[in-house]
Amino acid sequence: MAGQEQVLGAPSSQPVLRGSYTYASITDKIADTVLERPTHWAWAVGFAVSASLTVLFIVAMSYLFAKGVGIWGIDQPVSWAFALTNFVWWVGIGHAGTFISAFLLLLRQRWRTSINRFAEAMTIFAVAMAGLMPILHLGRPWFFYWLIPYPNKMNLWPQWRSPLVWDIFAIGTYIIVSILFWYMGLIPDLATLRDRAAQRWKQVGYALLALGWRNDARHWARFEIAYLLMAGLATPLVISVHSVVSLDFAIGNTPGWHSTIFPPYFVAGALYSGFAMALTIAIPLRATFGLQDFITARHLAVMAKVMLACGLLVTYSYLVESFMAFYSADRYESFMLLNRMTGPYAWIYWTVIFCNVIVLQTLWFERVRASPWMLFAVAILINIGMWLERFMIIVVSLHRDFMPSAWGMFYPTFWDIAILAGSLGAFALLFLLFVRFLPVISMSEMRKLVKERRESSS
Amino acid sequence: MTQPAQYGLLAEFRSAEHLVEAVKRTRAAGYRDIAAYSPFPVEGLADALGIKRTCVPLVTLLGGLIGGAGTYFMLWYSSVINYPINSGARPLHSWPAFVPPTFELAVLGAALAAFFAFLFASGLPRLHHPIFNARDFDLASRNRFFLCIECRDPHFDDSRTHDFLRSLDPMRLVPVPW
Amino acid sequence: MSPRQPRREFDFSGVPERSRREFLKLMGASIALASGCSRELPERIVPYEDMPEQLAATKSLYFATALSLDGYGSGVLVESAMGRPIKVEGNPNHPASLGATDVFSQAAVLTLWDPDRSQTVLRQGVLSTWDAFRAALTARRSRFASQGGAGLHILTGSVTSPTLAAQLHRLLDKYPEARWHQYQPINRDNVYAGTRLAFGETREPRYDFTRARTVLSLDADFLRSMPGHVRYARDFNGARRPGETPSANNRLYAIESSPTLTGAKADHCRRLRASQIDRVARALAQRLGIAVESPTSVPIEAGWLDACAFDLLTRHGESLILVGERQPAHVHALAHLANERLGNVGTTVQYTNPVLAEPIDQLDSLRQLSAAMAAGEVQELLILGVNPLYATPADLEFARHLQRVPFSVHLGLYRDETAMRSLWHIPAAHELEAWSDTRAYDGSATIQQPLIAPLYGGRSPHEVLAVLAGEFEQDGHAIVRALWQGELGGDDFEHTWKTSLHNGVVPDSAFTAEQVTARLPALPPLRDADSSELEIVFSPDPHVHDGVYTNNAWLRELPKPLTELTWDNAVLMSPESGRRRGLANEDVVEIEYRGRRVRAPVWLLPGHPDESLTLQFGYGRTAGGRIAPGAGFNAYALQTSAAPSFDGGARVHPLGTRYPLASAQMHNRMEGRDLARMLPLSAVIQRTAQGAQPSKHERKLLYPPFASPTYAWGMSINLDACVGCKACTIACQAENNIPVVGKDQVQRGREMHWIRVDRYFEGSDAHPRVHFQPVPCMHCERAPCEVVCPVEASVHDSEGLNVQVYNRCVGTRFCSNNCPYKVRRFNFLQYSQDVPSLNAQRNPDVTVRMRGVMEKCSYCLQRIAAAKIASEKEGRRIRDGEVVTACQAACPTEAIVFGDLNDPASRVRIAKTSPLDYVLLEELNTLPRTSYLPAVENPHPDLQET
Repeated sequence: MAGQEQVLGAPSSQPVLRGSYTYASITDKIADTVLERPTHWAWAVGFAVSASLTVLFIVAMSYLFAKGVGIWGIDQPVSWAFALTNFVWWVGIGHAGTFISAFLLLLRQRWRTSINRFAEAMTIFAVAMAGLMPILHLGRPWFFYWLIPYPNKMNLWPQWRSPLVWDIFAIGTYIIVSILFWYMGLIPDLATLRDRAAQRWKQVGYALLALGWRNDARHWARFEIAYLLMAGLATPLVISVHSVVSLDFAIGNTPGWHSTIFPPYFVAGALYSGFAMALTIAIPLRATFGLQDFITARHLAVMAKVMLACGLLVTYSYLVESFMAFYSADRYESFMLLNRMTGPYAWIYWTVIFCNVIVLQTLWFERVRASPWMLFAVAILINIGMWLERFMIIVVSLHRDFMPSAWGMFYPTFWDIAILAGSLGAFALLFLLFVRFLPVISMSEMRKLVKERRESSS
Repeated sequence: MTQPAQYGLLAEFRSAEHLVEAVKRTRAAGYRDIAAYSPFPVEGLADALGIKRTCVPLVTLLGGLIGGAGTYFMLWYSSVINYPINSGARPLHSWPAFVPPTFELAVLGAALAAFFAFLFASGLPRLHHPIFNARDFDLASRNRFFLCIECRDPHFDDSRTHDFLRSLDPMRLVPVPW
Repeated sequence: MSPRQPRREFDFSGVPERSRREFLKLMGASIALASGCSRELPERIVPYEDMPEQLAATKSLYFATALSLDGYGSGVLVESAMGRPIKVEGNPNHPASLGATDVFSQAAVLTLWDPDRSQTVLRQGVLSTWDAFRAALTARRSRFASQGGAGLHILTGSVTSPTLAAQLHRLLDKYPEARWHQYQPINRDNVYAGTRLAFGETREPRYDFTRARTVLSLDADFLRSMPGHVRYARDFNGARRPGETPSANNRLYAIESSPTLTGAKADHCRRLRASQIDRVARALAQRLGIAVESPTSVPIEAGWLDACAFDLLTRHGESLILVGERQPAHVHALAHLANERLGNVGTTVQYTNPVLAEPIDQLDSLRQLSAAMAAGEVQELLILGVNPLYATPADLEFARHLQRVPFSVHLGLYRDETAMRSLWHIPAAHELEAWSDTRAYDGSATIQQPLIAPLYGGRSPHEVLAVLAGEFEQDGHAIVRALWQGELGGDDFEHTWKTSLHNGVVPDSAFTAEQVTARLPALPPLRDADSSELEIVFSPDPHVHDGVYTNNAWLRELPKPLTELTWDNAVLMSPESGRRRGLANEDVVEIEYRGRRVRAPVWLLPGHPDESLTLQFGYGRTAGGRIAPGAGFNAYALQTSAAPSFDGGARVHPLGTRYPLASAQMHNRMEGRDLARMLPLSAVIQRTAQGAQPSKHERKLLYPPFASPTYAWGMSINLDACVGCKACTIACQAENNIPVVGKDQVQRGREMHWIRVDRYFEGSDAHPRVHFQPVPCMHCERAPCEVVCPVEASVHDSEGLNVQVYNRCVGTRFCSNNCPYKVRRFNFLQYSQDVPSLNAQRNPDVTVRMRGVMEKCSYCLQRIAAAKIASEKEGRRIRDGEVVTACQAACPTEAIVFGDLNDPASRVRIAKTSPLDYVLLEELNTLPRTSYLPAVENPHPDLQET
């Protein structure tokens, strides 16, 4: 334990759990956010906003299916733009959740305990949004299942060499494993809610979801092993999924895509944006539901440090990319880079540098890491920066590739923006419902934390 | 066969340590059909109860192997035997391209196996269990620790077992009706 | 094709059941019409049975006929599938075609099936009937008959049709007081006037580029827009194949007042304001030893003129000077004289009788008409096939004077400006619907036979004139046949008639060369040399011409040569002139000229002479179909009868507003990339001498290649031959059911053309080198598009074709991203419309693509398949030249060669063995099946162009 404290460099003065909680009080406090607590005005406002954005999302999708992807700004040569940008961005965000819940579990990081639940929820909802995008962007979305292998009369199979097919496997696996992992962790807490619920329908509902969990020592024994195994399986997904996503581009021959650095580059970027989103969610969440005792300054500071580390990796990738562009002496590569820096989309490149590199540096300072609202601001900027980075990689590379005669521009339409805003709304909506109906913090793990703290104190 | 009136005797404890201690003594006293309940996994409790290692890891491994091997076979069979076609002049058996799906589905197979192995081994899902009939048993998911000696245990004898549990100094001692 | 490549691909998603039924209804309707007009077409028209080998690979019937532009005919073979004319090919027998076509002929089928065509007789804009019109006309006849035809005026375009001319002459004999006026907006006035000046009699110059080693073009776009340009382009490039035979080369000097393809292909091109060319002509004439006093200042370096004169003189009898229709008569006359001095008459240039039946001064003829109308002398006016309310000089105020004509009749394809303001409007029959005849640039006559009964009961001018002359019972067929009976006579007329119809040319009808002796004309005083006034140059639009094709969506969306603009016209000026006025592309200006004003968007065109504006006709329409009105600006509104071709004294006022234009190519420079190659002749000869280099394709490959055991299709494109006319693009559009997407989609960069012609500028904006490069699918053997397709919609077949399986495509567009040549086209929306008459035009052998599907060049897979069936029936291999792709067939200069690379004797195989052969972006190792031969420049050693 002390060992990891050093690893994370967190002063032990900052606890992962504040206040003097007992098994009972901590259970009640968390359970009540679901069972008792009346609706908070902030929640209501958030719900209204995200619900209306979700409606916009549905409208945009309906119109899209009715008319075709031509309602977007995509063209020749830029035939991928917003949808794929959103896809990569959302998948990336998902990764932080898995990283926190699985990777840190393997490392026995106690501080993950109070944030892994909502981080996992964030993963699932983000990947759900991500999973929609590739389907929406199809010219004939009603045939999306042709990318999935299934016995069919046409005697046809997917074309396995296409990274898009790898995506199907990677994203599919990722969402299924994430849901199983999340649900498994939920089972003991669902049992708690079953036992604590007052109304009959809640009791029945949670009882069914709890699958008859009895807190039996035998259950716990298998639970712990299985949960650890799941964590062990989810961890490589953090690496593999975004590597596969990066291959959607690296396999292509477009200058600005065709690069071997992409997998690590994308994974670092994924964690980077993921932790930014985790902070973006955690900070208002703890304020709204008074969870400062569980999601403490320590948590925020540690997440900020992880973000800093990932951000530096991303910065390094930018440097290597630029260096290789010139070092390769490849006319198209070097032109691509110059075009990014000085071409019609230069402002995007420099915004990306500002958000993802310059702003990042503020995290070196203790004061920034200690101030939730400063962290919030940084996180927001990094979210924007990372979205723009994906846009830059996709659109700015495509719009000027090999044949100058075929060069073009991309201008988003209302429907491009509607899809992006809509997915943000739907994501927020799912999350707000989650905090109403499920415990945002793992109660069983918190109880364990209370016990450990007693032992360490005595 | 007539149902016995009672499922077992349930002793309630305040702390995990207390429960572990009680379990040890109960096993020492020769009881075998006993169950312990705690609001979180308690270290040492499993050993005290003498729970053997579970099959979950093995099943997980098998799940992973089946997922991976099955996938690679599908890729190979479909693109070499069943539907060979010239795609970008790549070899029909483009093994490098087959690696990502194989890996992903191996992970998927393992994860599914792990989850369902856990449920199966734990006898879940289960709609009802007599233990829930015991008074205040819901605290098992909050802050209390329980030890239950089931009637079907050969050593079980209503009065003697009652006295034995009492000797463990529980907060409370209640019968668990069917 | 491999058995894996599903040809069971008949996806009618684009053409649902319903519309095919409607099509059948439509056909029913036209058959009914046919019987109604008591026409049994099949017995009268003669199919083109024994196809030349090139065209054998098809099951549809072909009929030889001709399509005319400005009166001049060009022979075509029209493919008729199940009675529907669907595709136009050139007629190998016809001197003006030799099997090739221009863009207009290709687009003719779309005009034929255009749902916007006028479909009913109108009287004062109200529905009426043909019989009512006949009655009304008959009533009028009693009036003018009594007065010897006084007050009866007939306005036609340029008439080359012997039949129409004969009818008119008969009419004028009958009614001597009647008047026949001719006015074609793009006319031959200056040419004929030039010959009159030089020879004292009207002649038609006819050029022979096969024998010309040095060509000087004075504002003449003989590769793109003169009568006979298709033939001229073929001959010019035929004499220029140094890659094949080093001695086969020529040198082209061009001086032009508005950028043209001829200037773009020239070895030495100078851009001057139109009024300056006179000067240069005189300076040159003097250098050629003609006694003209040399102008004080010449806007071209002496060295350039010396070099040009030297080449002309040393190529005695093998040189050629030709002058554009825009230039005044005396410049033409000077050229004729110079050609005579250079011994070119009879070799590179011949003079025949004029092709126009009545080679009058058309502008003068129009003047007389409008004067007569103004004076109220015109009682009856028949306007046959022209649109004077739109396409006449503004100062003649045709529209105003027409109001004074009590009985005006308009015969036209559309309810255009004139139709709206005439008393009567009669829907005209399309050239493919009616019997007629026409003459080509060399006088060769073609009898035009209808491919289908008039879809909308249209009438030909012959029928209208027949009614006018009171010859009721005659229909088009009878009239035309009667004339030729007289012409050809003989007892075996039936046979001659049949062969003429079958071959598409009347035997021995070409005009013979006349003896001429040129004299030095009196030259008018020169314009003041250093006048820096802004000049206007009027020219036909490259694609909608004088306005006849403004409602043709194919031509509207076809990117115009050099500007690459679609859907609109714009004021063209040099970047320098734009800079001086702070103007950028799409800025709207008001052009003021002789008190008239027109607002138009600006397009800065490199290579345009400074202080000069090019105004192109054909736009700013107010009627004439659904897509004709409301685009571009009307250049006729500034044209005056005083100076119909060009004039100074224009002023440009920026308005500070913008009008978006849709250009199909956003970037015009090659950025130093090795795409469209151009080599100097010396290098070509040297490289050819060295012989074939080891094949570039024998390189280290990571994977073993897939063999093409049966056939290995490939294409070779000769950039030296390519003149950038885009006939290939529109031929491909017609053949492959390629939809039109509309201006807003083109602005988004979503045009669908399967073969585009890239145009690059190199060097300064003032004197750019222009490169053309047709880019179809490369059919890479290592196709990047295939690897990334997740559903095997883009796959390779056993003959090396990169095939796109529309039914399987889900539209991820990854293939397009991964195509370094960006030749793939995506149906972002439902582009292929479901309009019955347009469906009737579609090629039944080609799938109509639906929304969300990727498509691209298939090497005309359907033609390959047809040839394969034909050859397998006879149990032989497909012969070389048996499969001709649509682009190849249309190309005037045979720049495109297609065939089987497994056949060592095939033309394509031979072309690819040339040491000059190269592929695009070779470093990507995609191994394209489409390769290129570089353009060749043959500069005068003393002249180094910048």
